[in-house]
Amino acid sequence: MSTNIPSDLKYVASHEWLRLEADGTVTVGITDHAQSLLGDVVFIELPKVGAKLAEEAQAGVVESVKAASDVYCPIAGEVVAINEALEGAPELANTDPYGEAWFFRIQPANPGDLAKCLDAAGYAAEIGA
Amino acid sequence: MTSRTPLYEVHTAAGGKIVEFAGWEMPIHYGSQIKEHEAVRTDAGMFDVSHMTAVDVTGERATEFLQKLIANDVAKLGFEGKALYSGMLNEAGGVVDDLIVYRTRWGYRVVINAGTTAKDLEWMGPIAARFGVTLTPRRDLAMIAVQGPNALAKTKAAKPEIAALIDSLAVFVGLPHGDWFVARTGYTGEDGLEVSMPAAEAPAFWQALTAAGVAPAGLGARDTLRLEAGMNLYGNEMDDSISPLAAGMGWTVSWEPAGRDFVGRQVIEAEKAERSAGKAGLLKQVGLVFEGKGVLRSHMKVVTETGDGEITSGTFSPSLQVSIAMARVPLAVKVGDSVQVDVRGTLQPARVVKMPFVRNGKKVFE
Repeated sequence: MSTNIPSDLKYVASHEWLRLEADGTVTVGITDHAQSLLGDVVFIELPKVGAKLAEEAQAGVVESVKAASDVYCPIAGEVVAINEALEGAPELANTDPYGEAWFFRIQPANPGDLAKCLDAAGYAAEIGA
Repeated sequence: MTSRTPLYEVHTAAGGKIVEFAGWEMPIHYGSQIKEHEAVRTDAGMFDVSHMTAVDVTGERATEFLQKLIANDVAKLGFEGKALYSGMLNEAGGVVDDLIVYRTRWGYRVVINAGTTAKDLEWMGPIAARFGVTLTPRRDLAMIAVQGPNALAKTKAAKPEIAALIDSLAVFVGLPHGDWFVARTGYTGEDGLEVSMPAAEAPAFWQALTAAGVAPAGLGARDTLRLEAGMNLYGNEMDDSISPLAAGMGWTVSWEPAGRDFVGRQVIEAEKAERSAGKAGLLKQVGLVFEGKGVLRSHMKVVTETGDGEITSGTFSPSLQVSIAMARVPLAVKVGDSVQVDVRGTLQPARVVKMPFVRNGKKVFE
């Protein structure tokens, strides 16, 4: 099964994707590869708006029927928005991981951190795709 | 070194995601575990259970042997084909394995778990020798479980030769058809069949079932279905160190006749008396319905007013759309009680219920 890795996003090895928005915030979600490993997602726990998270800090949990998996904050920053739609419709993580199923948005502590993340080719190599 | 069943190629061709389970390469799902679960609850699904082992028991003293070997009593098997669920205990009263035994025209057939097969045969061998009984593991057979409200009708359509036999089978009865063995048993809480056949004939039967509209289902759906049905999984609910009385298997222990000295009897008989006296420290099995956020998982701590317990299996129930679990808790915990579960460091509420959770597609607990 081939996995979808959009070329306009950034990635980290713990299977989160990042997108720089026009206002300088960064949107974070989990990758298509991650949702495929998890299987049917049934519960998503998100961080609180206003939470200041360090790089690689635990930012939430994704539970599938099969297993629980931590979600990490890929770069340091303050949570400015969370996707409340995921509480009622966690299955969006399976059907639209890069769109409707964004997890949270952060104001980066250091905007330069984004450049240190993997590009699509780097993430593809990371997961052996 | 892992093994493959005769259906391995069929699974990969059907998009099955293969994982290692008990030394076997088995499909965990074919795309969506939840859809496979729903197919079994509402229509018909099939599982490759060829990794399990059928062991034929022959010899004049086969009945005596089984009356020594297992905690339930094969004397209850009043006619050929009748099946019995039982624990096989060790001398300390722990569960070596759980199994189904069928009375057959040659003696008995015992079906044991995949992950415990080597250990079981090692355990059974010396006892069989004492009774002059021969054990024949039927590694030449494959086994397919077809489960769901439409399982019987669709299996008959897929294999008309066994339709009359299927029509004749009462629940928990299994009979041979040539080299095949067709049993009205299962592990899902639905009506259905477990069919074994020569390995070479399994792929064609699987394809015929697919053509008849039976959905392939993987180990993932098998686990959520059996948990909803309140059925134990060896290694989770019980093992060599767990008494059947602590694993909700008291109903499978046949205490009468009092003189039947099955292996482990003395230990669990003493334990039974301690349970009646409400001895502190003893645990029993209950069902839990989660009322917090997230999903209950095995090994989570259960906090009750009379002491701690532990979840043995937990999942998200696709049929009930809520997380459910089996747990071992102190004897004083009652159905209807509220308990707390330690979910990654946070105590969250769960309600104690009488299992099963789901039977024949319907919620059955209060």
